[in-house]
Amino acid sequence: MSAVPERLDAPALPAPESPWRRFAASFFSDRIATASFALLLLLVLAALAAPLIAPQNPYDLGTVSVLDARLAPGEKGGAGFTLWLGADGAGRDMLSAMLYGLRISLGVGVASGLIALVLGMTIGLAAAWRGGKFDAFVMRVVDVQLSFPAILVALILVAILGKGIDKVILALVMVQWAYYARTVRGTALVERQKEYIEAAQCLALPGWRIVLRHLLPNCLAPMIVVGTLQTAHAISLEATLSFLGVGLPQTEPSLGLLIANGFEYMLSGKYWISFYPGLALLVTIMSINLVGDRLRDVLNPRLER
Amino acid sequence: MSVFILRRLLQSLAVVLAMSLIVFVGIHVVGDPVHILISDDMTQQEIERFVQRLGLDRPLHEQYLHFLWNALQGDLGNSFVQGEPALKLILQRMPATVELALVAFIIAVVFGIPLGMFAGLYPESIAGRAIMSGSILGFSLPTFWVGLMMIMVFAVMLGWLPSTGRGETTAFLGVQVSFLSWDGLRHLLLPAVNLALFKLALVTRLARAGTREAALQDYVRFARAKGLAPGRIIMVHVLKNILIPVVTVLGLELGGLIAFSVVTETVFAWPGMGKLLIDSIQRLDRPVVVAYLIVTVLMFVLINLVVDILYSVLDPRVRLSEAKH
Amino acid sequence: MKIVGRGAAACFSALFAASLFASAPLHAQDLRIGVASEPTSMDPHFHNLTPNNSVMGHVFERLVEQDDKQRLVPGLAESWRAVDPTTWEFKLRKGVKFHDGTPFTADDVVFTFERAPNVEGSPSSFGTYIRGKTVTKVDDHTVNIKTATPYPLMPNDVSTVFIVSRKNGSGARTPDYNSGKAAIGTGPFRFAEYAPGNRITVQRNKLYWGAQPPWDKVTFRPIKSDPSRVAALLAGDVDLIDEVPSTDMERLKKDPKVTIAQTVSNRIIYLHLDHFRDDSPYIQGKDGKPIKNPLRDRRVRQAISMAIDRDAIVSRVMEGVAIKAGQLLPDSFFGVSTKLKPVPYNLEGAKKLLAEAGFQNGFRMTVHGPNDRYPNDAKILEAVAQMLTRLGIETKVETMTSSVFFREASSGSPQKEPKFSFILVGWGSGTGEASSPLKSLLATYNRDKGMGASNRGRYSNPEFDKVLAEALATVDDPKRKALLAQATEIAIEDVGIIPLHYQVNTWALKKGFTYTPRTDENTRADEVKKGN
Repeated sequence: MSAVPERLDAPALPAPESPWRRFAASFFSDRIATASFALLLLLVLAALAAPLIAPQNPYDLGTVSVLDARLAPGEKGGAGFTLWLGADGAGRDMLSAMLYGLRISLGVGVASGLIALVLGMTIGLAAAWRGGKFDAFVMRVVDVQLSFPAILVALILVAILGKGIDKVILALVMVQWAYYARTVRGTALVERQKEYIEAAQCLALPGWRIVLRHLLPNCLAPMIVVGTLQTAHAISLEATLSFLGVGLPQTEPSLGLLIANGFEYMLSGKYWISFYPGLALLVTIMSINLVGDRLRDVLNPRLER
Repeated sequence: MSVFILRRLLQSLAVVLAMSLIVFVGIHVVGDPVHILISDDMTQQEIERFVQRLGLDRPLHEQYLHFLWNALQGDLGNSFVQGEPALKLILQRMPATVELALVAFIIAVVFGIPLGMFAGLYPESIAGRAIMSGSILGFSLPTFWVGLMMIMVFAVMLGWLPSTGRGETTAFLGVQVSFLSWDGLRHLLLPAVNLALFKLALVTRLARAGTREAALQDYVRFARAKGLAPGRIIMVHVLKNILIPVVTVLGLELGGLIAFSVVTETVFAWPGMGKLLIDSIQRLDRPVVVAYLIVTVLMFVLINLVVDILYSVLDPRVRLSEAKH
Repeated sequence: MKIVGRGAAACFSALFAASLFASAPLHAQDLRIGVASEPTSMDPHFHNLTPNNSVMGHVFERLVEQDDKQRLVPGLAESWRAVDPTTWEFKLRKGVKFHDGTPFTADDVVFTFERAPNVEGSPSSFGTYIRGKTVTKVDDHTVNIKTATPYPLMPNDVSTVFIVSRKNGSGARTPDYNSGKAAIGTGPFRFAEYAPGNRITVQRNKLYWGAQPPWDKVTFRPIKSDPSRVAALLAGDVDLIDEVPSTDMERLKKDPKVTIAQTVSNRIIYLHLDHFRDDSPYIQGKDGKPIKNPLRDRRVRQAISMAIDRDAIVSRVMEGVAIKAGQLLPDSFFGVSTKLKPVPYNLEGAKKLLAEAGFQNGFRMTVHGPNDRYPNDAKILEAVAQMLTRLGIETKVETMTSSVFFREASSGSPQKEPKFSFILVGWGSGTGEASSPLKSLLATYNRDKGMGASNRGRYSNPEFDKVLAEALATVDDPKRKALLAQATEIAIEDVGIIPLHYQVNTWALKKGFTYTPRTDENTRADEVKKGN
């Protein structure tokens, strides 16, 4: 399954000055990747700036009116502004709800990804460095966990933790950490054999220092790739959990929950309540996946998916 | 080999124990099935009587020990909601899920391998690129959303296929299956395709990566140089090379299919065990949730075992050992 | 998602697929029903739950039946009367046979009343209706039921219990009913197949004592997801669906292939308020400091009721599939008040009342409700919160899944008392008359007397309790009716609860089918007719 270097198709590059530049040039040489990166940037900015650019605060019940419920896109709501993407069943402006929902979806995905990354990386590095029984034990746990499908583990966790953003994030962390741990351990084991580590050991540097200053930076490339793809996976998983009714609470709808809420309107012709959030979710996940895919090609850390 | 299997079994026993404990405590903390099971008109004393009958008034550790004791004798408890043995309810629904997962699996393999091989052989062609873009789309599409779209288009707008349910079933080796009758097949098609999409994308990518790797290998180049027919090269040399990763990954993914059928079963009202799990989680039917976990853990252990053995058969370089890395 | 290109698609389907994918022809006398909730058992005494009772009503019958408006009508008993205030006599129908051919007699009734309250593992048994009653056989076709104190609701209670056969039911447990072995009743249909999660099938009972049902075979298919259920009807996979989601009503009404059957239900959606704590946990002043529970002031409760625009909830949230409520049961039911009307929306008046009560600056409150129990429950609560926020009560909404919500709402506080300050709940009257909600929701909470079991606001009003107690001991129907109405008026004028709306039960059928809609949410195949 290991991918073979795909440099054959890369255009001839001008003499690069720094690895970062070389990486950027290589990444942006692909038009699809560039476009999806720009799109992703736009989505993140929109999510961050949601309170500034959204016409309405969908959580402020003082500004949402049930009289606007299910107004079609382009109609004028009670508050005076035009509902460009229509209103949902509770009278929320769809555009605002989506911007805030995107914020939550991305937030949940990134937060759970980061926590899982730090946790998995720490455990994986420790396992690779310490070796022996500890390593064997950690890898056993990782194996067991990875032999269960993420959806099942997340479902059970959320079922016993209850609803709430913090609980969903916790469940997603529990699901993801093992991927990071396995990846980082694999890379670290290879790196460990290399000369620069041996050299550092010869200098009698403390172990934590070698791990942090030397081993860690060299394991980062695959982690970035896994991290990107896992974030997309986490966002989609959260949406699925919310759809199944065990994810986020109704009061803080993520994109997934917005789709689930709109699900009941699918046949009634009020397509905008679930179509637009669905589109937004699809575009978000897809752009992250495309960026991650390109990252993998560029960084080429011999990853499997 | 037998040591290997024994180890695996002991390990899964530990997992089952840990899981059942976590679920027991978790569900106890989350909520209470009593208030959603009772009918409106019940008086306080009738409610207390019901709680006693289920043993829910006893301390949690007592309930858990009681469960363990019964479980050792093969009794996983009765469903709170249906009053029947939880294990029986799950086994009743299992064939529907397994059938759905297997059909989805077959769809993924039958379409995924040729698509992936094509994309691997002609990576720069428009079709090859389209296949790869399509596979990313397949990864990104939310399953539940696609399911409903399919119902909308194929059942409601076109009226070709039934929208939900399992349809007619036929007995096959003592198990009720859908694929032997026309009506059953028609009901099976949409949910199976829905479930297969994600794995189809996965197989396509795996097959493509394997093909590209194989195409660069010496033996393929050699075969080409020898003037063997391209068809034969693909069928014999390339296919062989990609089969190993596909079999390993897919074996594990079969478990994923069974788990992910929760979503598809919910959308298509497919009477499988995934839907039973969701219903039971929502109704806090603890015995069923715990029994489901135990059954799936054992099922996955079995699947993994079979995959490992298959792997060692397909690739003689691999020996079964406890740490497979 | 607009259905563009429908014509083209239809052509395409006609050309390519008609022959390939055409549905198998059906027998003309088959009926397929898509139900939202699946029965949990085929044991008629296992679970007193609408979906169970709905399906069981095809196979089993009761002594007294409830018609489509929940009025009592003769079932297996031809007539009944109170011999004295504590004894009721039921004359049984003669010539009735169980599906296996055994005749129905008083022994079966005695057996049923012994079995029903004691089913192993039953989550909600019929004990509530049976305990405290002694059944004796007078002759083969007469039974007497005695109680310790005068009990006017005897026929109502009896109208909930399905009669099973003593011959087949002796020693039978719930699994024996599920397998069909013991599922032998007197009803118009006989049990054929129970495939949990997939379908339940019943067949015409040729021995039936009444009019033969119009269907040879009836299949119930559980389809929980609302859009999927509607899709199944539109795709022609089922002939009839229940619980039509309000979101699709507009479209289905316009669809020429579909007929709608609707009636008001026995279920009210209402708000229950904290009446019993001086310091209510989810209410604070606007500055976040604790305040004295404003909900104990009747003017505040009135103000809240007036600030709720019920018309907006009915038209915008419920999409017209509801009727605004002024009391506990719709007008057609026994024991309702003729005086009470829905409180009209009056924001200015509400603000004035709130100021009068000393809360001109409003306060802060968190309201709670389930999000998977009643149609649009979370959205209704959000709408109420919007309206209260306009009144000056800064309102936050927290909704949760019902398994969590009902435990917390009933006994979630550290003292095992109701936890919340302000909740949205619903109540369906199983007996089809006013005493059921009055007894459970508004009577002073008393475990030993079985009163106020669902009084989650702990409303308590001695005057109301007195009138209700009198009503519950009055066997004379007109007198009891007046007393129940009086009790309702006392509680509602005191704003013990705030009624929002009555649900409307809706069925959607294929064109050419008709159905007599029922207030009790049951779907009965014998009331589905085909033809014009």
